[in-house]
Amino acid sequence: MITRFLWQGMDRNLRLCVLLILAVGIALPLANLILAATNPAHVPSWVLQLFGKYLCYALLALAVDLVWGFCGILSLGHGAFFALGGYCMGMYLMRQIGTRGVYGNPILPDFMVFLNYKELPWFWHGFDHFWFAAIMVVLVPSVLAFALGWFAFRSRVTGVYLSIITQAMTFALMLAFFRNDMGLGGNNGLTDFKDILGYSVQASETRAALFFASAVALALGLIISAAVVSSRFGKALTAVRDAESRMRFLGYRVEGFKLFVFVLSAAMAGVAGALYVPQVGIINPGEFAPGNSIEAVLWVAVGGRGTLVGPIIGAVLVNFGKTWLTGALPEVWLFALGALFIVVTLLLPKGIVGLWGQMKNRSQARKARAPA
Amino acid sequence: MQFIRPFSVLLSVLASLALAGAAHAADLATLVGNLASGGLSEREAAITALAASGDERAAPILEALGAGQLYTRTSDKLVVIGKTDGNRLALTEAVSGKPAGNAVEADLERVRVNNRLRGTIEAAVGSLTLMSPNARTRLSAADALFKRRDATALAALDQALAAEKDPRIKRAMSEARAAIVLATADSPPAQKLAAIALVRERGDRDSLGILKTVAAASDGEVKTAATAGADSIEQTLAAWQMVQNVWYGISLGSVLLLAAIGLAITFGTMGVINMAHGEMVMLGAYTTFVVQEVIRTSAPHLFDVSLVIALPLAFLVSGAIGILIERTIIRFLYGRPLDTLLATWGLSLVLQQAVRSIFGSSNREVGAPSWMSGTFQLGQLNITYGRLWIVVFALVVFVALILLLRKTPLGLYMRAVTQNRPMASAVGIRTPRVDALTFGLGSGIAGLAGVALSQIDNVSPNLGQGYIIDSFMVVVFGGVGNLFGTLIGALTLGVVNKFLEPYAGAVLGKILVLVFIIMFIQRRPRGLFALKGRSVE
Repeated sequence: MITRFLWQGMDRNLRLCVLLILAVGIALPLANLILAATNPAHVPSWVLQLFGKYLCYALLALAVDLVWGFCGILSLGHGAFFALGGYCMGMYLMRQIGTRGVYGNPILPDFMVFLNYKELPWFWHGFDHFWFAAIMVVLVPSVLAFALGWFAFRSRVTGVYLSIITQAMTFALMLAFFRNDMGLGGNNGLTDFKDILGYSVQASETRAALFFASAVALALGLIISAAVVSSRFGKALTAVRDAESRMRFLGYRVEGFKLFVFVLSAAMAGVAGALYVPQVGIINPGEFAPGNSIEAVLWVAVGGRGTLVGPIIGAVLVNFGKTWLTGALPEVWLFALGALFIVVTLLLPKGIVGLWGQMKNRSQARKARAPA
Repeated sequence: MQFIRPFSVLLSVLASLALAGAAHAADLATLVGNLASGGLSEREAAITALAASGDERAAPILEALGAGQLYTRTSDKLVVIGKTDGNRLALTEAVSGKPAGNAVEADLERVRVNNRLRGTIEAAVGSLTLMSPNARTRLSAADALFKRRDATALAALDQALAAEKDPRIKRAMSEARAAIVLATADSPPAQKLAAIALVRERGDRDSLGILKTVAAASDGEVKTAATAGADSIEQTLAAWQMVQNVWYGISLGSVLLLAAIGLAITFGTMGVINMAHGEMVMLGAYTTFVVQEVIRTSAPHLFDVSLVIALPLAFLVSGAIGILIERTIIRFLYGRPLDTLLATWGLSLVLQQAVRSIFGSSNREVGAPSWMSGTFQLGQLNITYGRLWIVVFALVVFVALILLLRKTPLGLYMRAVTQNRPMASAVGIRTPRVDALTFGLGSGIAGLAGVALSQIDNVSPNLGQGYIIDSFMVVVFGGVGNLFGTLIGALTLGVVNKFLEPYAGAVLGKILVLVFIIMFIQRRPRGLFALKGRSVE
């Protein structure tokens, strides 16, 4: 029944899109592993790593789009959920280092030995098991989102006020995680990972597997989002976005809708962060910086808010541009990013996907006019 | 050793006699000669004699001796003070203070001292400066003595006390005397009680230390008095600590007020979220930097008024850029606050990068004019002039803004547009023009804030980023569209922050404040002083 529910949510285009993501998720790692380095179709490891990163960003963008595009909640703190998921995964990876750290302590990670910790802080317990970490990756961001959303939506904090609150939240978390006595590595964060599930994080097979996992997670996120959005619940959600007061007068409990989608979105962002960390090999408090969260919003805006494919396209395009520009012309990148913000909000309120739709409509209209 | 003591006494008697005589300089010369020749014991005697002479010219000589800068020139046995000048020593004649050319160290013989002699020298300088004709020197000598509690200086102190006319210095000297009395174990209890009363009245951290030591070391009446004194001082100090925290809080609050007040106008009256507000502040700071650079290169004598020159320029630069932004970007986004937020964020990135490209990414040096540096003491409170001026400046800007809004036609239009845009437009107010001017005003005030912040923060392209979240917190906390709310919000947050800091540390305190505001907005989504109205959205 669940599968039917999920499958119903998708139209032909979305099914194509999911298949495409999965195909990339299989083809790229295979091209990296099987083909010889001399083969022109060979995918180098760094490309795999880079696109693995983009897939995680795409999942984050999808999460932002779910709350912003479909429910009108502009969260400027989704980077916090992303980073929290990342930290949960990072803690698991730290515990896997074992005696291979610089200080060789079997229990305590290096930075704790360095900071004279006598024993593991309470919140580190359990993170030596993958299943526990995996649950936490979803649970920690969800609980935070639930707590924040519960209070905010009940007292009808909306619009820019909510944006400012979420931004203050991620800023406060950033300051907190920068503290050494937080027990999470201070400003160096967590790094020097060795193993994940017994396989070396450096090995190309593990990287390929992580890439595939990211693609699957993105596809799953897309399927779930599509199901949510196209269900009756999703219709109500869109109605909340467009006319919140009217929905309330009609007898809907608006805060329930918002809370559900906010928590779901936070969980997706957490998963994205968890997949991101083993691929880039580090998580530090800089990920909480308010700028990161706002950038994620830009990906959605560029791709097209309120569409499901848009944020994925936007995340990949903007980040590809970022990688390319910061390499080729580092001074220009911030100009380009800033200009992108302005151009998209002024000229492309529906993003690339919306533009494409407009052009299609126009050409259809022209066709329709032609015979007459 | 034993027969030298009487000799030294004799010498000091001789010296005191000589003091009365007219042949002043000659005796100084003899004593200085004794200082340089002979063994360590003779040297000590000469130091004591110099101290007893009360001759103010002796102080620098003794200081030079203590610092190892007193020499005898090998060629003519002249006693000189040598100060390093390149790899040679610039000499001055010790007795007359006349320059005596320069020499290399090999041509000189240093007058040696050991640690015991250094103690004697210090005491001698102390008592000499007690008699100095310069009031400030006497005061600092008395204060130094209070901290050192040197029993050997008691005689000199009594002498100085008898001669002293200035009541303030007299008081400082009696306090020093009291401290010495308390530090001497065998002084009579009656004297000690009087001393405790004196020290208690002084009431600073040093006095507390003295009384605590006394309370621990003695018993009976003295112990009770000392304990009571220490307790009372502790209470006063705690009260001062409170005042100190409030002052720091007000100081921080005024900075927040400066940064937030422009935002309160654009956000509060226009409903525009300007994420580039911090960059307007930064532009103001860089304007100050440019003004100072120009002054440094072409008119250095104007440096002290550089900030006064920078103020209007910063207002114009930031204000003009603000109007430009409003006309080219923001006016297309009215009614779409979330889009405005994103667009202005993009703008802030562009402005930061532009400044980075022009001025470089490192911190720029902005100097403080002389009237803004230094501190003064108010009770137990240290107040820096820079901070004081910033508080004053913030209040002046605030009052000026209130007057502008209440007493000028522009202010009237602005309030009209805030309250009811369509109606304002219907009665003939050109709302687009008012919007542009309002935005320009908010940005201009941010520029003014930048001038002030350039004095206390690093002038770098990231300057604005550090303030933007705090500013939003202030505006949202105080209540949108109400400048008094912004004032109270800024001061409250500043004071709360500073009161949390001692218990929680700076970073945790800040986090707690942020969490507090997040909770607060849940309770009162429109801030402390919300505008009353019936509009739904």
